Amino acid sequence: MSDTDSTLRAILCDVLGLSTERVAAFDASTGLFGDLPELDSMAVAGLLTEIEDRLDVVIEDDEVDGELLESYGNLLAFLDAKVAEKA
Amino acid sequence: MIAAWPCPGPDGQSEEYALAFDRGRKARLLIVPALFDEANRMRRMLVDMMRLLDDAGVDSFLPDLPGCNESLQDFSAQSLHGWRRAMVQAARHFGASDVLAVRGGALVFPHTLPGLVLEPAKGGSLLRQLIRARVIVAREAGRQEDSAGLLETGRTKGLELAGWHCGASLIAGLETAVAQIEGQRIVAQGELGGGGLWLRAEPAAAPEQSAALAKIVQSEIAA
Repeated sequence: MSDTDSTLRAILCDVLGLSTERVAAFDASTGLFGDLPELDSMAVAGLLTEIEDRLDVVIEDDEVDGELLESYGNLLAFLDAKVAEKA
Repeated sequence: MIAAWPCPGPDGQSEEYALAFDRGRKARLLIVPALFDEANRMRRMLVDMMRLLDDAGVDSFLPDLPGCNESLQDFSAQSLHGWRRAMVQAARHFGASDVLAVRGGALVFPHTLPGLVLEPAKGGSLLRQLIRARVIVAREAGRQEDSAGLLETGRTKGLELAGWHCGASLIAGLETAVAQIEGQRIVAQGELGGGGLWLRAEPAAAPEQSAALAKIVQSEIAA
């Protein structure tokens, strides 16, 4: 598991109040926005801000779309690319 | 349990609400709540901590920021400056010996009091998150809004963010505000165990965190 992957899982636990076990079972196809009732627009804003803080990346307005938060895999791939860009 | 305190407002003095455990003891803790929704998400944990402090011989007071919670003041008339004045007034009214500022509360707490600051938040981060939520909601509704444009409007005309009608002075104040910590102990979330409740999508109790924080507060007050 990459650092980004484990950081992202930890953030999802904290923001959504989900158990570590439940979040550990997320795979690339696990649905996020629309599938997790905890994840409303305010929670998405909190999630993205926390991701920025902990991964030290900046997520622009126009990068946030339905596709980004459709699945765990999409979000992780996006962040992996962001972190790689920074290095 | 329920106390009133006189608070300066735009139309002169008004009464504000505070949750109070007051038995006239020497150690008297003023709790300055977090800002916006974070206050709701952390309230249960703080109130449970207040009960534990009461059992341990510490009085504590959790006042409303004017315009928030039970306050009858207009939220859109509030500013960080106004909240600072109000918290100084609350500290004086309750004869606070110590302070605990929580998250964005660190931007408005009376920093002349000794005490603690739990995970101080920057005004800019709080504002960025609120604006981001608004941009996401607009997009879902098929409207185009962008952060930079919203911020510009907010600075001059004020802005509705997540249901809060923020005045221009509050927006301008938040943009650059950082906590003025002068010797107060900074408490990190890691010391309480578990994730920060202000991050949570839903408010929840966290008895272990309440107990850990009560212990840290007691040792700090005794020190």
